[in-house]
Amino acid sequence: MNAETLIPKVGVVTEVRIDTPDIKNFRVVGTDGKKLFVHKPGQCAMISLPGIGEGMFSITSSPTNTEYMEFEIKKCGCLTSWLHKIEAGQEITVRGPYGNGFPVDDAFVGRDLLIIAGGVGLAPVRSVINYCRHFRDRYGKIDIVYGSRTKEDLAFYEEILHEWMSPEEKDVHVHLTIDREEEGWNGHVGFVPNYVKELAFDTDKTVIMCGPPIMIKFTLAGLKELGFDEKQIYTTMELRMKCGVGKCGRCNIGSKYVCKDGPVFRMDELSELPDEY
Amino acid sequence: MVRISLDSVNALFAAIAEREALYIPTDTAPGIAQFKKWQSGMEMTERLKTSRSAKDFFFPQTENLVDFKVSGKKIDIIDPREETEDFVIFGVRACDAKSFEILDRVFLSEPVDTYYQNRRAHGTIVTLACSRPSESCFCQTFGIDPAAPGGDVSAWKREGFLYLEPITEKGRTLLSGLSALLEECPEDAVEAEKESIRGILKKLPLASLTPDAFGGGKTEKYFDSEKWKSLSEACLGCGTCTFVCPTCQCYDIRDFDTGHGVRRFRCWDSCMYSDFTKMASGNPRLTQKERFRQRFMHKLVYYPENNDGIFGCVGCGRCVEKCPISMNIVKVMKTLGEDET
Amino acid sequence: MQEAMKKRAKELLASGEVTRVIGWKKNEFDYDITPAVFESAEEIDRDFRYDDFCGPNLSKFTFKNQKNDTKTLVFLKPCDTYSMTQLITEHRVNRDALYLIGIPCFGKIDIEKIRADGTDGILSIASEGADVTVKTLYGDKTYVKADVMAERCLACKSKYHTIYDELMGEEGEVMETGRFNEVEKLEAMTPDERFGFWRGELSRCIRCNACRNACPACTCESCVFDNPDTGISQKAAADSFEENMFHIIRAFHVAGRCTDCGECSRVCPQHIPLHLLNRKFIRDIDKLYGEYQAGEEVGQRSPLVNFTTDDAEPDIVRKGGK
Repeated sequence: MNAETLIPKVGVVTEVRIDTPDIKNFRVVGTDGKKLFVHKPGQCAMISLPGIGEGMFSITSSPTNTEYMEFEIKKCGCLTSWLHKIEAGQEITVRGPYGNGFPVDDAFVGRDLLIIAGGVGLAPVRSVINYCRHFRDRYGKIDIVYGSRTKEDLAFYEEILHEWMSPEEKDVHVHLTIDREEEGWNGHVGFVPNYVKELAFDTDKTVIMCGPPIMIKFTLAGLKELGFDEKQIYTTMELRMKCGVGKCGRCNIGSKYVCKDGPVFRMDELSELPDEY
Repeated sequence: MVRISLDSVNALFAAIAEREALYIPTDTAPGIAQFKKWQSGMEMTERLKTSRSAKDFFFPQTENLVDFKVSGKKIDIIDPREETEDFVIFGVRACDAKSFEILDRVFLSEPVDTYYQNRRAHGTIVTLACSRPSESCFCQTFGIDPAAPGGDVSAWKREGFLYLEPITEKGRTLLSGLSALLEECPEDAVEAEKESIRGILKKLPLASLTPDAFGGGKTEKYFDSEKWKSLSEACLGCGTCTFVCPTCQCYDIRDFDTGHGVRRFRCWDSCMYSDFTKMASGNPRLTQKERFRQRFMHKLVYYPENNDGIFGCVGCGRCVEKCPISMNIVKVMKTLGEDET
Repeated sequence: MQEAMKKRAKELLASGEVTRVIGWKKNEFDYDITPAVFESAEEIDRDFRYDDFCGPNLSKFTFKNQKNDTKTLVFLKPCDTYSMTQLITEHRVNRDALYLIGIPCFGKIDIEKIRADGTDGILSIASEGADVTVKTLYGDKTYVKADVMAERCLACKSKYHTIYDELMGEEGEVMETGRFNEVEKLEAMTPDERFGFWRGELSRCIRCNACRNACPACTCESCVFDNPDTGISQKAAADSFEENMFHIIRAFHVAGRCTDCGECSRVCPQHIPLHLLNRKFIRDIDKLYGEYQAGEEVGQRSPLVNFTTDDAEPDIVRKGGK
């Protein structure tokens, strides 16, 4: 980690891709054209436009991508609105990586993985998916359940269709769903929690979950009904953060700091924290 | 141990100030004492406490972190820090001296906050024993002894003399440079003073306050207590307690357009503020009750849980004196802990 | 008076006329007073307090703790009634859900004045008639009450209650106690002196927002200084002049609505005489538009929101501040 943790580095946005009506994907490298730093799947970085503000975003690219980092950003506040206005070539500031990341090199190894995401919640787990696809032999079967409001709100749709769902993929099963029927959609329709229950997965899996709080709540209930234990389920949290290093106090819940001790928590760890997230 | 007549204390200050910046607590308005940079003629206050704590020296209310020059799509990053100079803080009370250790555990733990670390490395702390503790004081609750106030040098006032005892290497260096002004005296010269202070401590109205009901692992016990509602009922949601507190260290980071570039600064923040945890997607602490609870749970449960049982309060009593509606950690401890003892 | 108030509050609770009582309770020390809601006779017997330390203005507390579906009794000192009247005028409290009892005030003691005298280790304080007796760890002291009274009480504008459903004690009168004397001193200064005075005072500000949060005129749902979407939100000064602007902007915002209750100065942990900013505005409004006291009666319109064709054009507009 950078010794001066509050002083960022300059990053160059090399490509801005419109992914959905309100989500854009940003490719970022250092001013020398190389990756700014090495990270683990699930870790985050502080991105800023000086004068606008700084915000914590998960790094959606896999560490196995050696050329650049990617951020998948939904327009929802002041900073993200500004970020949506920038073009390729724009410099931003980046500091990180922050947080613990998913245990891809220990707890996940040798396990069947069930990855559940909703909306832009695919961003942090995409890093896990592509990491596990890269080191395919280390993991068992990979199931991905992903849903959004509509077809055009599905993030990384092209990548899902042409890479994750490619016939060459070994034992990767993608289950897409959208909230309501629409023309040109032949896939599943319905909310993620119900779909997970319908799919009735074996309980011999490690679950990785990310999405809006309401999705998490009902999916968790559904998984428990299927017989999953909280110790099998991992999720990643979002709270307001400023420093990223567990000092500014903002993301403090109980004795934990989400930016440092999280953002990835196992459900049983999360259940022990006071209900303030 | 060495001593100097209180009549000559100005000469001592002058000698220190010749070498490095010296800060002493002085009266700045009726009833208000603050640490100020010593200049000839400045008198030390007779008041027990400065209205702001001494944390400003290491964790100032606002501080520039980084400057940006933005031109077109380009950004230049500039570290705005100049070399930190050595300085001495004179007259720090035992509670404030202890607060530095509590802040150290936050700012000097990995990854180290170098802004704080630089200041800490350059500051020498001369503490002053509390001859006349206030009714609002409860440092003894947290095992602090105002008769032996710690710091790099400890000082006592007694019968017209200022007694000084070096505690650390930094303290010895400071005093060795001042030896021409100081006379040697027996090691037990301040025993009577210490005894007098400890005698008063027993008589303080908050002498019996104990933290035994609190500490790590008590989240479940207190988090959902019914009592938070009435305790927080009158809370104004202001930041007075936080900002006068020597151990509160939450901060915000903001950008400021100077007209020539962007300055990123950090400033004190308060978990009592409504926007502290506000996000674009909502606020996990919706009412003042949750914010109020966070501040006290942090000091009495979360901080000790992460820091070997050390509490995040030094009993300085500033919140007791300054809260506009007289609600404070003493009341919280008594109310929550009453079922316990 | 305290006993009579307790008795009356319990009667009203017992009869079901009200279900909640807003008053004051004692905290750690004699001088530590916290506004509180009482919901039972037991709570009142145990905690209710009214004496010369009950400074907090209950109007803002009522605004923050109001309930529409039940009736709340609120005890109001004369100056608190002005704030309450103003809040009712501004539709910030629901008059129908309140039962207001006016109570007399004989001036409140400012503990900070006693401390400023070097008195510390206070074990008890009693105020009786003109004497204030302080027992401390380091000996006892007696003060003349007028010497340790709050500034706002020394310059009390009124012992008259502008609103109540019931009055306890005798009604007082509007008073002339020279509350603009300090303002006149400031006006007599040269601009540089005045600037120096305020920069000096405001340099002590720690931006704790106690003044704003205690102010009965500050009832915005979300203050511009707190809302990140306004673009001017700020927690601390990026430079010191900006910090000063917070107070000036706040004074502008409450101008014409400020009743001069003095809570801003009472709560300031740094003893900044913030009320003088507001008094200056009150003084200017008096001079430009005729005498006006906010909170005098329900429904009155402040000159600043009431256009008339012969409105004064302040110098600052005509001459560009020169």
